Amino acid sequence: MSFLHRHPRLRLAALLSAPMLWLVVAYLGALAVLLVSAFWAVNGFTGEVVREFTLQNFRTIVTEEVYRNVTLRSLGVAVAVTVICVLLALPMAFYMAKVASPRARGWLVIAILTPLWASYLVKAYAWRVLLANDGPLDSLIGTPGYGLVAVVIVLSYLWLPYMILPIYAGLERLPDSMLEASADLGARAGRTFRGVVLPILVPSIFAGSIFTFSLSLGDYITVQIVGGKTQLIGNLVYANVGAANNLPFAAAIACIPVLIMVIYLTAVRRSGALEEL
Amino acid sequence: MSTTEPAIALSGLRKTFGAVEAVAGIDLEIADGEFFSMLGPSGSGKTTVLRMIAGFELPTAGTVWLSGRDVTRQAPYERDVNTVFQDYALFPHLSVLENVEYGLKVRKVARRERRARAEAALESVRLPGFGGRKPSAMSGGQRQRVALARALVNRPRVLLLDEPLGALDLKLREQMQVELKQIQRDVGITFVFVTHDQDEALTMSDRVAVFDSGRIAQVGTPEEVYEHPATPFVAGFVGTSNLLRGDAARQLIGREGTFSVRPEKIELTEGAGNGTVAEVIYAGPVTRFVVDLDAGARMVVVEQNRRTGKSTLSQMRGKRVQLTWQDEHVIEIGVNHAS
Repeated sequence: MSFLHRHPRLRLAALLSAPMLWLVVAYLGALAVLLVSAFWAVNGFTGEVVREFTLQNFRTIVTEEVYRNVTLRSLGVAVAVTVICVLLALPMAFYMAKVASPRARGWLVIAILTPLWASYLVKAYAWRVLLANDGPLDSLIGTPGYGLVAVVIVLSYLWLPYMILPIYAGLERLPDSMLEASADLGARAGRTFRGVVLPILVPSIFAGSIFTFSLSLGDYITVQIVGGKTQLIGNLVYANVGAANNLPFAAAIACIPVLIMVIYLTAVRRSGALEEL
Repeated sequence: MSTTEPAIALSGLRKTFGAVEAVAGIDLEIADGEFFSMLGPSGSGKTTVLRMIAGFELPTAGTVWLSGRDVTRQAPYERDVNTVFQDYALFPHLSVLENVEYGLKVRKVARRERRARAEAALESVRLPGFGGRKPSAMSGGQRQRVALARALVNRPRVLLLDEPLGALDLKLREQMQVELKQIQRDVGITFVFVTHDQDEALTMSDRVAVFDSGRIAQVGTPEEVYEHPATPFVAGFVGTSNLLRGDAARQLIGREGTFSVRPEKIELTEGAGNGTVAEVIYAGPVTRFVVDLDAGARMVVVEQNRRTGKSTLSQMRGKRVQLTWQDEHVIEIGVNHAS
């Protein structure tokens, strides 16, 4: 024990080697393989992967309109889901953190966490039933039917807890005296929300948006279940891995959401929101 | 009291939280320009009263008047008062200057005037040139002053201070006590100062209200409260009480009743006497002797350490001593000699 105590660098190495190994091999390794194979091709006759450098995959993605459309559609879905989640999560998290009694707060946290334990597939299929023509929703207020709108609705439902929890945590950290100080200085509720609560919550909202945005951007199962004929980036990847048996092209398509996320995270970082986390 | 309306008037003010009665009926008038302290232990209701004046809590019963206007049901943003919070409650995402400007901005004061007033306010709390900093880059004492400037810049009729010095270390506290008093004299507005520190209340205030379990036990000048406590609680909370009652009172004072003698008013002489030293506590400038009187009371005596080289201080424990005091220093509790 005392040996490690006298050699702090060794201690650090012992502590971090396992997680570093995991990070480098499993995580970054997989990404590297993805990136490398995106520059390979497939032999049209044999269907075998040709391990030679080519830009053909990316050329196809950039030049053919269908890929640009799918990318924009996926981006739109991810933005819409994120915005809807923010709008729903703000009042819910505020009620939980600042209005509800401590007892009710505990139950509300449970109520928000439990759906995360239920199978994704079950929840998606439950929505398929809900959204069906002549389904429960249809007889009540009407259904948009299977399609892009249904995808946005179901994804918003699925990822909402990931937005509520960071905002709730952010509000918990916000002392009540801050809200009182704002009221004391003459601000009404709306002004306090815009001038104090929202700016302080920006890091929390960004944290939540990273979940909702990236999870929506990569989803293909919900799209298959309630999306009708809608195709998003994930579906293209899936189709190229399976039916088309073109792993290199699937890898190239998969680079699109990775690139989008890198751009998004860089923008968030630039805004300084992460520094106040 | 003059003919002008009091800055604050409370009548029959009560507040219950569930089954707990935090404030159990308060009637109080605070004059314009007064430095008024609410003194009491935690849980005595003083902060709740302050919060009802600010509008953060609605009273269960009773009325709050500000300059003659009934504001009991008004929201905090409708009241001409500003608060300095115990934790300062500075907005972390705004710079110091933006913090100070906040109230003016909300009230739509023009940009140039806003800036000028905020800078003047920062100057008045001796923080000129700190406007560009974030609150997180400032020390506790500096944040405290920013909070003060943020409240004062709105020129409220009344400034409420909720244990504003509680988080500061002793030296800074004493310095801020003097400064607060100075600032109050300069701006001339009513200060209502909540504290559990009797020294703070006594040194700064024009008048003090001593809170005991949701009620006001006594209101008076610091001198009145200290020299003529109205109840045993006040005698005990403001200073050391040295209560004499029952047998001890009959033997030593010669009358029935509850009496008190302040520790600094008692003379202690060695030799055969009326008590035994139970404890000696050396505290730098003074020494405290705890003496058990034969008549059946425990008294605390404070002596200035003028005679240095009284090397036998620790040997005093267990010694017989004589305690004497002058009749005029005997306080009969519950009898107000001053008014």
